Amino acid sequence: MFEPHVPFDAAPWRLSGVVYGTLLNDPAAMTALGAAAHQPPYKAPPSAPVLYVKPRNTLAASGDVVVLPADVAEFELGAALGLVLGRTACRLRADEALAHLAGCTLVADLSVPHDSFYRPSVRFKARDGSCLIGPAVLRVAAPDALTLQVKVDGKLVQQACCAGMARSAARLLADVTEFMTLQPGDVLMLGVCAGAPRLRAGQAFAIEADGLGCLQGRVAAAERAARS
Amino acid sequence: MRTARVAYGGAIHTARPHERGLRLADGRVLAETEVVWLPPFEAGTIIALGLNYADHVKELSRELTVTTQDEPLVFLKGPGSLIGHRGQTRRPRDVKFMHYECELAVVMGATARAVKRADAMKHVAGYTVCNDYAIRDYLENWYRPNLRVKNRDGGTVLGPWFVDAADVPDPHALQLRTLVNGVVTQQGCTADLINDIAALIEYLSGFMTLRAGDVILTGTPDGVVNVNVGDEVVTEIDGIGRLVNTVVGDDVFGR
Repeated sequence: MFEPHVPFDAAPWRLSGVVYGTLLNDPAAMTALGAAAHQPPYKAPPSAPVLYVKPRNTLAASGDVVVLPADVAEFELGAALGLVLGRTACRLRADEALAHLAGCTLVADLSVPHDSFYRPSVRFKARDGSCLIGPAVLRVAAPDALTLQVKVDGKLVQQACCAGMARSAARLLADVTEFMTLQPGDVLMLGVCAGAPRLRAGQAFAIEADGLGCLQGRVAAAERAARS
Repeated sequence: MRTARVAYGGAIHTARPHERGLRLADGRVLAETEVVWLPPFEAGTIIALGLNYADHVKELSRELTVTTQDEPLVFLKGPGSLIGHRGQTRRPRDVKFMHYECELAVVMGATARAVKRADAMKHVAGYTVCNDYAIRDYLENWYRPNLRVKNRDGGTVLGPWFVDAADVPDPHALQLRTLVNGVVTQQGCTADLINDIAALIEYLSGFMTLRAGDVILTGTPDGVVNVNVGDEVVTEIDGIGRLVNTVVGDDVFGR
């Protein structure tokens, strides 16, 4: 039986278990869509942040093994900076938003690959244990200046830069908290970076950033996990 | 059994129905208007269904690209959206179409993973009423329904009572309706669910582990209309409860 074991009470911050993801904040992801962003079913590029919810069954910690479901060939490894709230955040102004953070952490958001952004099935993003968070919540002077180094089986496969996002961390917090309040311990991902690598069963992955440590995990086939 | 969670006298209490209103666990008997009603259970994952009544699919069909043959249309919500009975929900002044959705909320009572239909109902703890507001002005075609439409602070009303599954002999034979300022605007019956409760638990638990406290909002029938500031919106389900909400304006929030 899958049991999430995120260290919610790890000092100095307690995570609430509420995790929101952000899509298409990386301009390269919108560029990759090209003219399709203006055509049905989308009709126009998004004006508000494109957000999704990570339910509690997805939450996992650094070092955990993610089970690749039997009906899935590979995962997409979405590397994201996690903004961790330290204070209640409602209707923030951008210039005060970062002061509401407890700090930052790393998020490995593993999705079942899918092409459509229109109304994708929740089963692509709600698999058990598919959202690894950690290894710690640490203060970062300039979250938007970080670069995430993404490795698969020890090899650097992606350098995801937080600097070029359409919405900076402060802007994203302002736009999100205009209509939904975030509480201390909630996590808001700045945005999964374009060009996410794929993961097959048996592969190990890691996400590193200066000052935030290294978030690690491994993908296992469903059968192997059931036996162990 | 029916239970509510209410705030009174500086603390949060469990309450039961009483002929004069409700009775707190400590014995105090109070009128419905004397307490602050909270969502009647502590919700885990909040799972919502779109287009799960055939008539509602028809109502919205002009803007849809799905059919009832596709897999259930599921979306997730965060805990900040929840409020209780007799609460207020904000209608921003710039919007033209904000509507209620009366829904049967199914509360899980046991961990469910890869549960088959025949075993599904034994994982249900009970039921409550949900009014899941949407503001269609904010609809964008990216990860629909986008959170600005469906995950707003105070936009998902739950209550008043949590009703034990044992007290609901057939959850697929419940009449539900919405009244706006006393006028019936929406009616349906849970017999018309496209994906019934057992089917939803089988589908969901096939790819995600459900746990006690997770709640499934099973969708709404035909008859959603715009509501305005000052409207009293009552969503009710026979045998489950009568859930009251008031639509308020930006001024209440100092906007």
